[in-house]
Amino acid sequence: MQFPITNIMQAFTLLDGLVVPLDRANVDTDAIIPKQFLKSIRRAGFGPYLFDEWRYLDHGEPEMDCTHRPLNANFVLNKPQYQGAQILLARENFGCGSSREHAPWALEDFGFRAIIAPSFADIFYNNCFKNGLLPIALPAATVAALFQEMVDGYHLLIDLDAQQITTPSGQTITFEIDGNRKYRLLNGLDDIGLSLQHADAIAAYETARTQRAPWLF
Amino acid sequence: MPGKTLYDKLWADHVVYTEDDGSALIYIDRHLLHEVTSPQAFEGLRLAGRKPWRTDRNLAVADHNVPTTDRDQGIADPISRLQVETLDSNCAEFGITEFAMDDTRQGIVHVIGPEQGATLPGMTVVCGDSHTSTHGAFGALAFGIGTSEVEHVLATQCLVQKKAKNFLVKINGQVGAGVTAKDIVLAIIGAIGTAGGNGYTIEFAGEAIRSLSMEGRMTVCNMAIEAGARAGLVAVDDVTIDYCRGRPYAPKGADWFMAERVWRELHSDVDAVFDKVIELEANAILPQVTWGTSPELVVAVNGHVPDPILETDTVKQQSMVRALDYMGLVAGQAITDIAVDKVFIGSCTNSRIEDLRAAAAVAKGKAKAASVKLAMVVPGSGLVKRQAEAEGLDQIFLAAGFEWREPGCSMCLAMNADRLEEGERCASTSNRNFEGRQGYGGRTHLVSPAMAAAAAIAGHFVDVRQWPVV
Ligand code: SF4
Repeated sequence: MQFPITNIMQAFTLLDGLVVPLDRANVDTDAIIPKQFLKSIRRAGFGPYLFDEWRYLDHGEPEMDCTHRPLNANFVLNKPQYQGAQILLARENFGCGSSREHAPWALEDFGFRAIIAPSFADIFYNNCFKNGLLPIALPAATVAALFQEMVDGYHLLIDLDAQQITTPSGQTITFEIDGNRKYRLLNGLDDIGLSLQHADAIAAYETARTQRAPWLF
Repeated sequence: MPGKTLYDKLWADHVVYTEDDGSALIYIDRHLLHEVTSPQAFEGLRLAGRKPWRTDRNLAVADHNVPTTDRDQGIADPISRLQVETLDSNCAEFGITEFAMDDTRQGIVHVIGPEQGATLPGMTVVCGDSHTSTHGAFGALAFGIGTSEVEHVLATQCLVQKKAKNFLVKINGQVGAGVTAKDIVLAIIGAIGTAGGNGYTIEFAGEAIRSLSMEGRMTVCNMAIEAGARAGLVAVDDVTIDYCRGRPYAPKGADWFMAERVWRELHSDVDAVFDKVIELEANAILPQVTWGTSPELVVAVNGHVPDPILETDTVKQQSMVRALDYMGLVAGQAITDIAVDKVFIGSCTNSRIEDLRAAAAVAKGKAKAASVKLAMVVPGSGLVKRQAEAEGLDQIFLAAGFEWREPGCSMCLAMNADRLEEGERCASTSNRNFEGRQGYGGRTHLVSPAMAAAAAIAGHFVDVRQWPVV
């Protein structure tokens, strides 16, 4: 069987992005995008509601026009020096909680392309790759050092192919990512199309499993 | 060669194809769907002109947005209604079985799967919902996925996965009276933290786990995700087999005997090697109450709200300070001095018949405190509701001033009309106490069903071990 492979998401190669520090651990997906916005049946348009309860002083509801809502001036994403940030720097266990893919959709829609933290929750980490968002896990001490040296206008250069981050002072930090995920992200490839290339193997598996577990089929 | 863990066995049994980098295409035996995380997946299929690989492995139900009162009036909120209607039309279009809102089998997706026998030992079970870990109680490999993966499963009946590491959590001995599965799992999360299980599949074992009913095992596995593990597991034994027998989707006749033989092998080998092991003593576990905004911020009911000053890790200390502020608590306060405004008994963690029986035993012949504005009981499914009514549990709750509702997720995440108002404090049998989870500005304390019912009656947390049960 032959199936087409399509490019559905933005490919990720080089990113020279402004960094915003979100100095919190265990940022959960309920905080990233509160549940009332999950009622949408669309995939786009979640950016204005990203971190809704932290970003605004009022209570957000779906389809609300956010341009005139009162902003929480103390929340880091609202500070003038971080406008246009594409890289989010956070503490451990980022993206824990609910599996909602609306969380990476909201981060991506807002303009983020990469998130750097000491660790990520598994489902969130996985969901990021489906949406052209690069989660980078670095040792806690390295992340702490980045928080330390952050100044206004702090940029990082992320080279996915080389698996390398370059800081403004010229220091380079390498990061881990598994080969398959890297390949898909670099090329913006459609996972389903790639998996369907193994359609014959799936069919053969089903046949074999029907013998072992006939009650399932 | 060392023996295999249960997880190793389940994984090996489902690999279709392995990539050079170790990621694998694994076959999915059961896909459960609900209205919140599926619309964009169906839309993706339509846009790409794809069909489901096979329809018979899918089962859908609306649970997050459904009202728990006046079902016959439909859904008032137009955005919620559209989402549920979208599930109905997608299932009709793609030929997928759905338990509609007016079907007695409707309920929370993680309650109905096991109840129908749609979840069986040895299966891979996925759903666009993190609490899919619940189904691991059956010795099934079950985990939550994102919407892109929902689409992937629909189109290919497979998922691309990397194998996780093995983590054994062993609870030795027996818990004391009044201590439940919920207390066990909260104590585990308190011990290993919400990131403790990241990258692992946790197998729960030991005498205290073996002694649990299937309902209790589901409660434990349900919260594996709150410990950071995508999947939790309990080995198959007589309790598992007895629960599955005769369920609508369970095998029958000769198939049943063949299945039973295969299922009985679903346990870790005695010489299996785990990457990480922790052991806890059951008799040291007391009824638990969370005090913060993460399930790991938990103490025993006879304890006090901890003092952040004593925390040496500065990141943790800051989280504690923020949690105390959000929760409106002060360090040193006795847990039993905390008064509650609302009580919620329900959710995929604790809405099964055994949970309702435990809550009813506490509420029987008593009355809700006048200071408690609302105590609501939301059964996990239409069938649980019917069973509870047949046992007269609804009458016990109603007589005690509790509300008896229709099945659904309800105030576990407040996507429907059931929610906390700003500043309100709730004793909840659900699984997440995150900021705003049960309503904007709401404050959640996670507890067992018996503890929740006792809080409703006393108006504050009480140690249910000292509760006079009639
Ligand atoms: S009951 Fe709560 S945790 Fe369970 S599926 Fe529903 S919303 Fe999610």
